[in-house]
Amino acid sequence: MRPSRIISLAVALALAGAAVPAGAQERPEPPRRVVSINLCTDQLALMLAAPGQLVSVSRLAHDPDSSAMFEAARRLPANGSGAEEVYLLAPDLVLAGTYSSDATVQMLRRLGIRVERFAPAQSLADIPRRIARMGRVLGREEAAGRMIARFNADLAALRRAPKRRPRAALYYVNSFTLGDRSLAGDILKAAGFDNIADEAGLEWGGTLPLERLILLAPEVIVKGRDYPGQARAEEPLSHPALRALERSRVIGSLTDRDWICGTPRVLEAIRSLRQLAAGPGTQSGAQRGPEQ
Amino acid sequence: MSLLSLDRLTVRRGGRAAVDGVSLTVNPGECIGLIGPNGAGKTTLMRAALGLLPATGHSSLAAMPRAARARTAAWMPQSRDIAWPVTVETVVALGRLPQMPRHGRLRPADRAAVEAALARMELTGLRDRIATRLSGGEQARVLIARALAQDTPLLMADEPIAGLDPAHQIATMQVFAGLAREGRAVIVSLHDLGLAARHCSRLLLMQDGRLVADAPPDRVLAPANVEKVFGITAFYGSTPQGPVFQPIEVVR
Amino acid sequence: MKLALALVALCVALFALSLVTGHAGAPALRSLAALVADDGTPLSIVMREIRLPRALLAAMVGASLGLSGAALQGYLRNPLAEPGLIGVSGAAALGAVLAIQSGLALQFSLALPLAALGMAVLAVLLILALAGPRGGSITLILAGIAISALAGALTSLVLNLSPNPFAAADIVFWTMGSLADRSFTHLWLALPFMAAGWAMLAGLGRGLDMLTLGEDAAQAMGTDLVRLRLLLILGTAASVGAATAVAGAIGFVGLVVPHLLRPLVGARPSALLWASALGGAAMVLAADIAVRVLLPERDLKLGVLMALVGAPLFLHLIYRTRREMP
Repeated sequence: MRPSRIISLAVALALAGAAVPAGAQERPEPPRRVVSINLCTDQLALMLAAPGQLVSVSRLAHDPDSSAMFEAARRLPANGSGAEEVYLLAPDLVLAGTYSSDATVQMLRRLGIRVERFAPAQSLADIPRRIARMGRVLGREEAAGRMIARFNADLAALRRAPKRRPRAALYYVNSFTLGDRSLAGDILKAAGFDNIADEAGLEWGGTLPLERLILLAPEVIVKGRDYPGQARAEEPLSHPALRALERSRVIGSLTDRDWICGTPRVLEAIRSLRQLAAGPGTQSGAQRGPEQ
Repeated sequence: MSLLSLDRLTVRRGGRAAVDGVSLTVNPGECIGLIGPNGAGKTTLMRAALGLLPATGHSSLAAMPRAARARTAAWMPQSRDIAWPVTVETVVALGRLPQMPRHGRLRPADRAAVEAALARMELTGLRDRIATRLSGGEQARVLIARALAQDTPLLMADEPIAGLDPAHQIATMQVFAGLAREGRAVIVSLHDLGLAARHCSRLLLMQDGRLVADAPPDRVLAPANVEKVFGITAFYGSTPQGPVFQPIEVVR
Repeated sequence: MKLALALVALCVALFALSLVTGHAGAPALRSLAALVADDGTPLSIVMREIRLPRALLAAMVGASLGLSGAALQGYLRNPLAEPGLIGVSGAAALGAVLAIQSGLALQFSLALPLAALGMAVLAVLLILALAGPRGGSITLILAGIAISALAGALTSLVLNLSPNPFAAADIVFWTMGSLADRSFTHLWLALPFMAAGWAMLAGLGRGLDMLTLGEDAAQAMGTDLVRLRLLLILGTAASVGAATAVAGAIGFVGLVVPHLLRPLVGARPSALLWASALGGAAMVLAADIAVRVLLPERDLKLGVLMALVGAPLFLHLIYRTRREMP
C-alpha cells in the first residue's frame, strides 16, 4: 500500500467523521467532499465549488485535448477506475453524467453515497439550468447566480445581430453534422451563422453526405478536429472536393473542447466563430481558444 | 420368447416405401445375415426396427421404453463415429452406460464385460491407445467391441465387417456365430455373401424395400434368387470345409 | 480426481487474489480480515460490497461460459463450438444496447440486465421455432448463426442510427464486457438463471458421452436426443444469457477452456463438463485480476483482454492440433 493512499484514507475517515451535521439549520449542510467522474460536471464544479470542496475530477479533465480547463483540473487528483476508488475518497456527493458507467453509479448509490447525474446540455438555454443545479447541489447558489447573470449578459452581447448571417455547416468525421437542436448548433447560431443542416432537414443532426454538403454550398464549414493519420472515417473531411470548396469558402477548423460541455466556456467557441464571420474570406480560423 | 418381432413394418420416404411391409420374428440362438443390393432398405429396416425412424406397422423393439430397449438390443451403425480422442477402453466402456445406474461408476461386472468384449475382438493390447488414431479396420473392431460390451440379448450391426482384413472378417463372423450359440441373437447386414453363407444360420434377402426371402442360407442363395436380386451368377456348394459361395459374373 | 483438486485449488487461490486486488492497496490479510469481520472501516465496505460480488460474479460468469461451451462442443461433436454459437449472447447484447439507447437503462437500475435477459429468452424461443423440436445439430447451428447475425445487425443498426454520441460510446464500451463495479444486485439477478442453467447442463454428461459414437448409436443406447437438445439450449441460454446480461459479451472462454482441458480428462465429454466449469471460473477470475493489475488507471475491458489472450492461445491450439493430424 502506498503511503499516500494510507494518508488519504486516514484523512477521508477523519473528514467523514467530522461531517456529521452539528444541528438543524435552515438549509441542508453543503457537501464537503465532492468527487466528479464526468468531464462536463468536472468543469462546472471547478468553476463553482468552494475552495477544497471538490476533491477529485475525472481523468479526462486532465487531458488538454478534451478539457477546456485542464490546467485548473490538474491541481486536483484524477479518478477513473470505478466505484472502489471513488468510495475510498469518502465523498458525500458524487457528480456524474447520465452516460457515466451505470454500474459505477448504482454501486455508489448502493453504498449510500449521494450521486447527482447531469444530462449533457442540448442547447445554450440548458447552460444556466445546469449552472443553477450545480450551484444547488454544491450549496453555492450565490456563486451560481453570479455566473448565470454574467453568462446571460455575455451571451446577449455576443448575440447582438450581425448584419449578415453566413450559411455554415458543422462537419465532423463520418459525414456527421449537427442541427439547431444541439449545443453545437446553438453555438453556431449564436455566433451569427445559419446552419445548413436545417435546410437539409436535419434539425437534430445526422449524416450529411459529402455530395449534399457541396451542393448546399455553405460559406463556412466548421470541421471537427482533424487528427493526423486517422482512419477512413475521417476521409470526407479531407476529400479533394471539400478542398476545392475550401479555396472559395471560409473554413474554420475549431477545437472541440470548448464545444463539448454546457459551461460558460461555450462563449469562447462563439467568440472564435464570430472572428471567422467578421474576417471576410479569411482562411485561417481559430485553431484553439486562448487559455484563461 | 422372441427377441424381435416386426409386423408389416413400413417406412415411407418421399412417397416411396424404403421398407415395405416387412414382417419377421427373431428368436434367441439365431445369427441372421441381412443381405441385398445397395438401396434395398437394409439399414432403414434395422433403424426402423430399433425405433430410430418413424414407421408404420409394428416393431416390438420400437414399442419399448428407451432404457429397456437399450438393455435388449445393441446397435452398431454403419458410420463409424468416434468424435473425441478417447482411449479404446473408454469407447468400449461407453457400451456399459445403458446397464449402469445414473451417475454411477463402472462396477466389477461392468469391468468384466468390457474385458470380455476387448478380448473377443482381440483389442486387449490396444486398450490404452487413442481410438481416433487407429486404422479404420481397428476402429470398426473397437466399435463392435463397444456393442458387445452392452451385453444385450440382441445385437444389430450395420456392415460391421466392411473394411476389415480377411482374418478379422472371419474372426468377427465367428464371434457373432458364437454369441448366437450362447443363446443370444445377432442381425448383421453384409455384402460378403460367402461369409454370410458360412456363418449365418438364417438369411434375410431384401430388394426394393421388400423382404423377398427369409430362410437358411442354402435356400436364400439359390441361383434363381441370386440372379433375380443381385443380377449375378454364382457357385454354391457344400464342401468338407462347409458351404462355399462364390459370385462368378454379372448377368445383363 | 487429481485434476478436480487442482482446479478447485486454482479457483480458490484466484478468488482470494481477486478479493485482494483493487484500488485500495491495503495488505492482503487485512483486506481479508475486513471481509470476514465488519470493522466499520471503508475497507470493509469495499471488500464486502465491491470486491466480493465482483469476484463471485467472475467465477459464476466463467463457470457458465466454460460449462455451456463444453456442453455445446459435446453435443455438436465439434471442438469449434462455443456458447455464442446459438445466438443467445448476441441477442442479450442487443437487449442491453436497446436499453441504453432508449434511455430505459437510466429509468431504473435493473433495466439493462432485464432487457438483455428478455432478449435472450426471445432468441431461445426463436431458435426452438426455427430448429424445430426434432431438428438435428446442423439446423441448430444454422438457426444460431441466423439469430446471431440478425442480433448483430440490429445492434449495429442501433449504433448506426444513434443520434446521441454519448449513448453510442456507452454502447460500444458496454459490448466490450466488464465486471467493474457490479454489485450484489447484479449477482442476485443473475444467480437464479445461472443456477437453473447449470442444473440443466450438468445432467447432460451421460447423453453427451453416448453422443461420442454418433446420434444414431446414442439414441439406440437410450439417449432422448430431443430432450437433451432442449435442455442444452435452455441451459446455455439461461446461464450465458444471464452472464451476458450482467457482464457484457465475453468471448473465447467457452471455446478455449474446453479445448485446453480436453486432453486432461481423457476427452470424455461428461468429465469435461465440470472441468470446464471450474476452468472457466479460473480463467475469468484471472482475466478480471489482470485488467485491474495491468492498467489500473485505464479501465481495461475484460472482454478485450480475454480476446487478446484467447485468440493467440487458440491459434496455438490449432497449430498443435494440426501437427497431431496424420
